[in-house]
Amino acid sequence: MSSTAPTTAADEFADKASTMQKVQSSLHRYPWLSPLFVLALLLVIFGVLGLVMGVGDLENFFKPGTISLMLQQTVIVGTLAIAQTIVILTAGIDLSIGAIMVFAQMFMANLAVYTTASNVTFMAGQNPVLAVFIGLIVATLAGGLNGFLIVRFNLPPFIVTLGTLSIFTALTLILFKARTIQGKEMPDFMLLMSTKFELGPLTFTLGLIVMLLLYVLFAYILRGTAWGTHVYAVGDDPVAAELSGINVKRVLFSVYVVAGVVIGVAAWITIGRTAAASPNVAPEINLETITAVVIGGTSLFGGRGRLLGTLLGTFIIVVLDFGLSLAGLDQAYRVLAIGVLVIAAVAVDQWIRKVKA
Amino acid sequence: MTATTTTQPIVQAKDLSKSFGRVVGLADCSFELYPGEVLAVVGDNGAGKSTLIKCLSGALSPDSGEMYIDGEAVTFKSTNDSRAKGVETVYQTLAVAPVLDISENLYLGREIRKKGILGKVFRSLDKKKMRAEATQSLNDLGVLTVQSITQSVETLSGGQRQAVAVARAGAFGSKVVILDEPTAALGVNESARVLKLIKDLRERGMSIILISHNMPQVFDVADRIHVQRLGRRAAVVTPQSHQMNEVVAIMTGAMTVPEAEQQLTPVR
Ligand SMILES: Nc1ncnc2c1ncn2[C@@H]1O[C@H](COP(=O)(O)OP(=O)(O)OP(=O)(O)O)[C@@H](O)[C@H]1O
Ligand SMILES: [Mg+2]
Repeated sequence: MSSTAPTTAADEFADKASTMQKVQSSLHRYPWLSPLFVLALLLVIFGVLGLVMGVGDLENFFKPGTISLMLQQTVIVGTLAIAQTIVILTAGIDLSIGAIMVFAQMFMANLAVYTTASNVTFMAGQNPVLAVFIGLIVATLAGGLNGFLIVRFNLPPFIVTLGTLSIFTALTLILFKARTIQGKEMPDFMLLMSTKFELGPLTFTLGLIVMLLLYVLFAYILRGTAWGTHVYAVGDDPVAAELSGINVKRVLFSVYVVAGVVIGVAAWITIGRTAAASPNVAPEINLETITAVVIGGTSLFGGRGRLLGTLLGTFIIVVLDFGLSLAGLDQAYRVLAIGVLVIAAVAVDQWIRKVKA
Repeated sequence: MTATTTTQPIVQAKDLSKSFGRVVGLADCSFELYPGEVLAVVGDNGAGKSTLIKCLSGALSPDSGEMYIDGEAVTFKSTNDSRAKGVETVYQTLAVAPVLDISENLYLGREIRKKGILGKVFRSLDKKKMRAEATQSLNDLGVLTVQSITQSVETLSGGQRQAVAVARAGAFGSKVVILDEPTAALGVNESARVLKLIKDLRERGMSIILISHNMPQVFDVADRIHVQRLGRRAAVVTPQSHQMNEVVAIMTGAMTVPEAEQQLTPVR
């Protein structure tokens, strides 16, 4: 009987195949496992290099001060990446995230601070609370504009947001004349998100807490409400979603509006983080948010991914940034590593999509 | 003229037309489905079968013509409108969301929220209840061969996906279930199971429209056969009144059936 035969090469091969299948279906079920693995791997590598081998300044990597700084460094990309994740889940993309964020923060600052170097002096000098609130509304409307153009005229999100990227960049220059407003010129409320407090050995900012709360809130919305389910369904197969009775256009529109709200909050957080409102803040932020989302295991084809993955993706970007520069390596290596990770993440996504029970 | 009957069609269409640019999908097409019957709709590729049922389910709106449910004139703006009237459809493309799990798919577009503040204010889904009821309705239909109700639909076999789609159509107190080529992609055993499912639905009092190219299957389950040709109804016959090759001849236009020899009234 063959059942009692010793293990053959073929059996071993079958075992291996089923292990790979298990990995594949686990990743399929929990798409945040791969970024978690990458993050853990990076921490181990930097740990060994720094604490055991003493490479460069890496020994400082695990000091509370460095960790606090890394956490604070995540807030801008991390918050904007929430908006990007929701958009990408619908198989869309938002290239205007950075431009709208800059526009909104300049709007907030120019409302709160009177500067002669702007074309909006007539409405400057507002109460800072009102200024932030209006900035939030402006970002929401900007997101709504994206959604309206995409839904009403059936235009591809890539094209629409490429257009609004230019439009809002231009509007920022035209209305606010590209003048950076420094934090010390602003009322305290504008910088509220930079409020620091100790938590054990670590120093947190209010902006970081708000970002983490937004992750919790949107993770719940995406997985626990009908709207979230519809976002996934629309990204997965819009025709099937429509036939199932989902108003696809309304869901898509609402997604860009919600993205606008998140971008508005990110604008306020950015003013706190950079202690300024500058048109040149974070010039590569669009690509960074997309990178965080993709490394986080969310599929650019829509319908697949988790917000937790995006948070891990953001951590990966920041950890790489700090780790490599503490190791004394040039910025170029960080860019190189990110490039490799993005391609690997997309390859893994393609593989996962082929899963069969 | 055929004798008037007291039975009213549960679904009726008069002179439905629908064009796609210059392509004619439906041309003055009439249609009747009577309560409790399985009506097969057969016809060549492009005869307008899918277009007809898409009009009846609100996925398309006809250019002209009238539709009635239980004798009441209706116009459907979306598939939700037809569902509200108890008409459920399983489309040729299944219309499931593969990344979502079985219970999420069953309840897609009509999710159940939790009771009280959690549901009203926080819009929280009652996943437990949806899973329990999804399991129940799959059980009722005898199609619970899946491992878990939280399995994503893309990991299911073709027959299991079809079963999920049919279960969704039969699960919500519907009166009419429309199936567009439910067995086209299935093997012999899986097809047999779906046919059994259709008969079960009829036993439970539902009225069924079955689009199929498979003549033996049509002759197995259908009470009446609506033959569609070039966007209109060519004839309505029964498995008793005509042979398979005759039905094929009507489909291709090689044979015409005088109205007196058709079965335009219910047989059940
Ligand atoms: N969305 C559409 N756009 C353009 N033409 C269409 C569309 N849908 C259907 N048609 C055309 O309308 C006609 C009827 O199509 P329909 O899908 O109803 O046929 P069918 O009887 O279901 O065929 P099959 O057996 O292949 O499913 C065909 O000529 C088809 O090409
Ligand atoms: Mg068809």
